[in-house]
Amino acid sequence: MENSLLLTYLILTPFIGSFLILFFKKGQEHLIRYTALAISTIAFIISVIIYFQFDSANAGFQFIDKFHWIKGLNIHYHVGIDGMSLLLVLLTTFLTPLTLVSSWSSIESKVKEFTFFFLMLEVGMLGVFISLDLFLFYVFWEAMLIPMYFIIGIWGGKERIYAAVKFFIYTMFGSLLMLVALIWLAVYAIGPLGYFTTNLIELYAVSPQIPIDIQTWMFIAFAFSFAIKVPVFPLHTWLPDAHVQAPTAGSVILAGVLLKMGTYGLLRFNLPLFPEVSVAAAPYISILAIIGIIYGALVSMVQTDIKKLVAYSSVSHLGFVVLGIFAMTQESIQGAIIQMVNHGLSTGALFLLVGIIYERTHTREISDYGGIAKLVPVFAFALMFASLSSVGLPGLNGFIGEFLILLGSFKSPVLGSWWFTVFAASGVIFAAVYLLWMYQRVVYGEVTNPKLNGLKDMNNREIFVLFPIFIFIVWIGIYPSTFLKVSDKSTAKVVKQMYNPEKINPVQMGLIQSTK
Amino acid sequence: MFNNYQEFWNLLPMIIIGAGIIISLIIEMYSKKSEVILPWFSILLFLAAGLHALFYIGDISIVLQNMLATGGNVNIFHAIFTLGAAVVTLLSIDYLKKYGIYFREYYIILQTSVLGMMLMAAAKDILVIFLGLELMSISFYILAGMNRKRLNANEASLKYFLLGAFATGFIVYGIALIYGAAHTTSIDFITSDFNLLSGNLLFVAGVLLFLIGFSFKIAAFPFHMWVPDVYEGAPTSVAALFSTGGKAAAFSAIIATLFALFNNGGQGNFFTPFLAVISVLSMFYGSIVAIAQDNIKRMLAYSSISHAGYLIIGLAAGNYDAVAGVIFYLAAYTFMNLGAFGMVALIEGKDETNLSINSYSGLGSKKPLLAALLALLMFSLAGIPPFAGFFGKYYIFIAAIKANLTWLAILGVISSAISVYFYIRIVVLMYFKTSDTEIEFEGSNNYMLAIILSVLIVVLMGVFPGSFIDLVTKFI
Repeated sequence: MENSLLLTYLILTPFIGSFLILFFKKGQEHLIRYTALAISTIAFIISVIIYFQFDSANAGFQFIDKFHWIKGLNIHYHVGIDGMSLLLVLLTTFLTPLTLVSSWSSIESKVKEFTFFFLMLEVGMLGVFISLDLFLFYVFWEAMLIPMYFIIGIWGGKERIYAAVKFFIYTMFGSLLMLVALIWLAVYAIGPLGYFTTNLIELYAVSPQIPIDIQTWMFIAFAFSFAIKVPVFPLHTWLPDAHVQAPTAGSVILAGVLLKMGTYGLLRFNLPLFPEVSVAAAPYISILAIIGIIYGALVSMVQTDIKKLVAYSSVSHLGFVVLGIFAMTQESIQGAIIQMVNHGLSTGALFLLVGIIYERTHTREISDYGGIAKLVPVFAFALMFASLSSVGLPGLNGFIGEFLILLGSFKSPVLGSWWFTVFAASGVIFAAVYLLWMYQRVVYGEVTNPKLNGLKDMNNREIFVLFPIFIFIVWIGIYPSTFLKVSDKSTAKVVKQMYNPEKINPVQMGLIQSTK
Repeated sequence: MFNNYQEFWNLLPMIIIGAGIIISLIIEMYSKKSEVILPWFSILLFLAAGLHALFYIGDISIVLQNMLATGGNVNIFHAIFTLGAAVVTLLSIDYLKKYGIYFREYYIILQTSVLGMMLMAAAKDILVIFLGLELMSISFYILAGMNRKRLNANEASLKYFLLGAFATGFIVYGIALIYGAAHTTSIDFITSDFNLLSGNLLFVAGVLLFLIGFSFKIAAFPFHMWVPDVYEGAPTSVAALFSTGGKAAAFSAIIATLFALFNNGGQGNFFTPFLAVISVLSMFYGSIVAIAQDNIKRMLAYSSISHAGYLIIGLAAGNYDAVAGVIFYLAAYTFMNLGAFGMVALIEGKDETNLSINSYSGLGSKKPLLAALLALLMFSLAGIPPFAGFFGKYYIFIAAIKANLTWLAILGVISSAISVYFYIRIVVLMYFKTSDTEIEFEGSNNYMLAIILSVLIVVLMGVFPGSFIDLVTKFI
């Protein structure tokens, strides 16, 4: 097959760019910032080109590039995208330039290093979404930890060291088990294929033949690693620390993209590689997802720190995504994908807004605020907009994702009970409670804190950062098919694999269908 | 002595070093500038021998009446030893000056120890292994006490000597038993009779004693007691050699003898249970105890014990991937550790100051380049892609899983996850903490050259492991 190289250019742009940044000297901060913006914008433009050339009628992988990397072990540099990864690639390249611009005022020390790590982070994230070789995937997955670790540890808040180390070791531990499973899978392929391979497409065909008890262990090893990243309850404890301590730009990328790597992994690896086990495990994982939805929402409700509130809301929102994935209907998986994008946009916007107000007041305590609607009307409007999007107001993006997930899970044959949907739906109500209550306490009422007087409203740069995000929030809310159609065929393919009658044992199917 | 010109040519790496030792002795006798000449002369020798070994890697032969092998993996080991020793020499120049411990014989003994390592890797006869081992070990005992006015250097030297001699006793006894059972010391003959011999209790006991003796040399638990004290007491440049060349040489001897045994007729690995237990204990003991260390040399010593554990996973697996994996890992580990020890030697002040890990606080803003290099080495030692350390582990885990030792691979990754903590702590100190103490550097150019070379190799081996793997797998 001819290499199209577009994806390679996409990933090389920030990679080469980050090394260019190193050549600047101290005192050239402006130049560094604009260069980085230009580099990440080029990456965004390339991804848009990919979007327009993308054939949504094709369920397979497109834009495949494949080169020998390590011949001795049959490892390739093998990248490609399908509908599921395309949206996440777009989300990554879209958020990166905006986040870089947002950091112009908050990151003042070591701008060069920050920019270097940030572009490297983009390389890692893109690499995770486009890799079609498990080894390559693992390299990006792990390598991406290093820049994020530095971003939290150097530019973070007071407890940054603790948060950075916890983030690093937690994630590392999960992924190392995945490494063993990955090697096991590749070694197993020697039997049916006759050679050691980490090629994902070949492994898709091989892995369902693995004895079911071993598949179960492999499923657990992969799922554990991804569940830490998502994070699925009860593996979420690193998240509030990392989110709260990271600088605004770090939080935005962490919430916007990094968490999606976990859900993407579940969708890309766990479901198609181990369909039988996935079906069997679906109810249990969905229960964890629902605990996450409700727990995250309840904990958000009692937070006194705005950033922590938004951080815990991620646990809740990602619970929806996991539920959508493991409900395994076309609607729910489509919903999960669009919800990943939604969460990236709305939670990203919320973190940006928290960062904007924190830069001015240096406090994130809800009780320190109150009545700022009169002082900063533009900010108040933006916060309202982002909150409503996160709550899932019809007409905005959050509604589409949650609705599809709830619809899909309601009729899911795998879950087999509508109780899942009932409990999950309560999360939507809780979201409205904690976000709107926070909004009320921060924005409405009288100004009680004298320090807030003279608070400046959002400047043009900050509006410039948020405006594109809001456009997409409305776009997805009103006309989601621009995005849904891209992933339509790919998700249909995944769902079809799950219900392949040969793969699912009839007793199990009977059990499942009893509710219909 | 030589049957033909080709034998001479194939043995040239060892001949270069051997002749070099004699020439160095003469230089030392007659030149007053030996302190300046000898290090660069040694580096020249090492580079010549290493490059010869690499260029003529295809010249596989068995020479000198079945005593020595050349070509293939032997040459790869020779290249690892000599290039590693070249880096050590580069580190030594300013280090010896800093402590005022240049005693003329230093570089000559360094060359002798390298010759010993090369003999071990090339041996086709158990007695030659012993010869090489003693040449290396005795040189090491002297090198460990090079800083002769310091109490802990003397302690290190004596401790190393006593325990090392004890281990050598095991090895000799093992060789005696093996000879008693097999009536030969030739590795090839022993291998071809392995199926017969493996039922002989005398033989099995001999091999086990042999393995135990070498477990001392590779710093595996529970034969590791000397490691932290010796690394701490010995000059840092010498500790760098112990932890890299010394370990690699011991592994080369084990590979030369045991893999031949293991692979015999695909009988499976006779010693797997023993090796697996040692491996697990080493990995966990090293990783866990390293967390409690405050002295960076001791931390690296425990890290070295832990790495010995990962390498023994390869021995326990005992298949072809394992040989390739262990060699790759050793090469990667050699340069990671040389870089790390080089950094320690550079930061270390006179009179053994700045050895606490807290001396590294704030290095990120004081010396950004140094800090970045050390961070990279730490990430590589922790086994994080895309650096060489990760790929070494990956390869060894493949070997383990192919040998149905998945549980060992799982314990291996758990231990790596633990070890991340103490490697990352150095990065935390360098970048996330600040400190007011100033670090003074003396003559840092040679150090920097050595460190940058090591890091370059670590990165290249991590990003493009393919060509090195091709080289290794071609000759197994």
